[in-house]
Amino acid sequence: MTTYIALIPAIPFLGFLVLALFGQKLTRKTIGIIGAGSVGIVALLTFIAGTGFLKSLPQVKSYSVVVWQWINAGNLKADIAFSLDALSLVFCFVITFVGFLIHVYSIEFMAKDEGFSRFFAYMNLFVGSMLILVLADNILLLYLGWEGVGLCSYLLIGFWYKEPANGYAARKAFVITRVGDTAMIIGIFILFLSFGTVNINDLMQQASEKWIAGSSIAVLTAALLLGGALGKSAQLPLQTWLPDAMAGPSPVSALIHAATMVTAGVYLIARTHILFSLAPIVQAAIAIIGALTLLVAGFSALAQHDLKRILAYSTISQIGYMFLALGVGAWSASVFHFMIHAFFKALLFLAAGVVILVLSEEHDIFKMGGLRKKMPVVYLTFLIGAASLSALPLITAGFYSKDAILWYSISSETGSILLWVAGITGAFLTALYSFRMIFITFFGEAKAQPAFLPGKTMTIPLIILAVLSVFGGFLELPESFGNIHLFSSLVDSTLPAVVVKEAGHSEILFQSLSAVIVLAGIYLAYTIYLKKPALSESFSHSRLNRFFEKGWGFDKFYDVIFVKPVVWLSEIDKDDFFDWLNICISRLALLMNRLLGITQNGKLRWYLMSFTIGIALILTYMILR
Amino acid sequence: MLTVPVEIQILLAGILFLLGLIGLLVRRNMIFMLMSIEIMFNSAGLVFIIASTYWKQPDGQVMFIFILAVTAVEVAIGLALLLQVYHHFKTLDADSVNKLKDHN
Repeated sequence: MTTYIALIPAIPFLGFLVLALFGQKLTRKTIGIIGAGSVGIVALLTFIAGTGFLKSLPQVKSYSVVVWQWINAGNLKADIAFSLDALSLVFCFVITFVGFLIHVYSIEFMAKDEGFSRFFAYMNLFVGSMLILVLADNILLLYLGWEGVGLCSYLLIGFWYKEPANGYAARKAFVITRVGDTAMIIGIFILFLSFGTVNINDLMQQASEKWIAGSSIAVLTAALLLGGALGKSAQLPLQTWLPDAMAGPSPVSALIHAATMVTAGVYLIARTHILFSLAPIVQAAIAIIGALTLLVAGFSALAQHDLKRILAYSTISQIGYMFLALGVGAWSASVFHFMIHAFFKALLFLAAGVVILVLSEEHDIFKMGGLRKKMPVVYLTFLIGAASLSALPLITAGFYSKDAILWYSISSETGSILLWVAGITGAFLTALYSFRMIFITFFGEAKAQPAFLPGKTMTIPLIILAVLSVFGGFLELPESFGNIHLFSSLVDSTLPAVVVKEAGHSEILFQSLSAVIVLAGIYLAYTIYLKKPALSESFSHSRLNRFFEKGWGFDKFYDVIFVKPVVWLSEIDKDDFFDWLNICISRLALLMNRLLGITQNGKLRWYLMSFTIGIALILTYMILR
Repeated sequence: MLTVPVEIQILLAGILFLLGLIGLLVRRNMIFMLMSIEIMFNSAGLVFIIASTYWKQPDGQVMFIFILAVTAVEVAIGLALLLQVYHHFKTLDADSVNKLKDHN
């Protein structure tokens, strides 16, 4: 059991090493087998470890394995040590299984790309780092994985580096997430200084014993860790990097910027939930940030023209739901929505990737149209994904996961009607923009011809993900009907169950309300985007629409208050004192060069004379010494 | 047998060396410069002979044979170079042969 746990993060790194060192010499077929195969093996190992874990569940709640000692300096002791519990298991399952499907898909998607081996090397490095992140036993190792995935995100956003805009997007993502990461490492320092350990379980144990709930240090530390989570998960106010991150290849958007990496913030908060329950203000802030983010991103998604940018904003919005759930203490609902979201969002990105690929890099949905008949498999899977995203009642997994969040946002002890209103408005927006995508891209008249049709290597992962997007929801059914709690009973072995208000609302009432709202959203999308396109046409030129399209002007705002002053300062501070030091050194070297150059005049007797004088001086010195 | 004190012998070698050095420095014709170098070599050789007789050891004389061989080679190469220089510049003036210098 413990061997499997240690092997899970190791194998993708092995794949990365092989591909990075010998990638140039291998054939494309071998590269594909190594790249996807290593993740496949890990998926299998996760499955074996998972069944072992489930069998021994009530007795053993987590397995730990120390691989080797990493740092041992003073009282800082950090090992390369992994621990598997229900929360890590869910994340591992999604990373390896969805990751494997995306790798398989990439073999065909990237087949003609010249950076084929580089792509798979980075992807394997990503999977390895992400697994370290979720399996890490101590917070320092978690931070290593955290930065590792940040690096891979940077490398893969700028994968097509010949286009300067892609490099810019990559740098933007790196710098903005760095803002959050800096807050997070300061939080880690505080934790280490307070408790003298970095082991996550010990930290949480000691925090709950030594820190008083609501004390300023607990609030500060929780807020700093939240900063890291906000950056990584693209939540308000650090969300601006994610839409630009779509510059990377579509499988990257699916794996890193939808299914796994961006949910690392959710993982971090769930992992350190004890700390957050000690800081109720911060936890309330999480809920509010989540609610605001899902609204802001939902409106932005409605105004986008680029297929992948719609999905990017939708990802921000869905992670907003997860944060909302974390904020009201519905831990398992959040993790459940993470898993279902990984299924349908990976599916949507992969399907969008196919559409963009066959239309020769066409991103604008208004230049697509009528693809329903030409690519039935892609259409159907995309439809299922979009239905799951917009939480189509009863039949899709998205309904069950999102409905749980909406329900707990009002019924939880810390929930409120305002959070629920934000959530339900978001659900309406989600249905609207999801079906806007469907109706504009796949219905109407054909504006572009697909150059070729996707092969089986791309469509089979789509079909598997579509099946999961529908049936994944039946792991967890609400109490009003079905009442199945397979998922939450698993996750509750690690995370505390949600505390529900005594005087409960009627769950079935709120569920039917959200179902009606979603259907209304779909109907509205049908009316204004398919039946009366003139209506949406007139709106699309309004200033409000442009405001939404530009992501509520956050980019411009940051540009004015951060980027411009820094550029201006560095401009006027170009020749500061330290520059002068460097300039002096180079000037001195130049001056000496000129002076000594005079002696190099080509006159043989001059050389002889200086030679003689030199010897005379040395001899004089040696005699008189 | 009348013996000259060793200091005088060394002084002779020193004077010979200085004469060679002065010749090397003041002469501009490279043939004469080469000859001056020969004189300096011989003064060095003379010191070896003096030392050899002073200590009653044959090593110094062996050394002188070596120096003789080295000078012979040096003269051969030096003269060959001078011939090439003369072909190229049509002069043997050391001051006008100054192409190997920094550009400024």
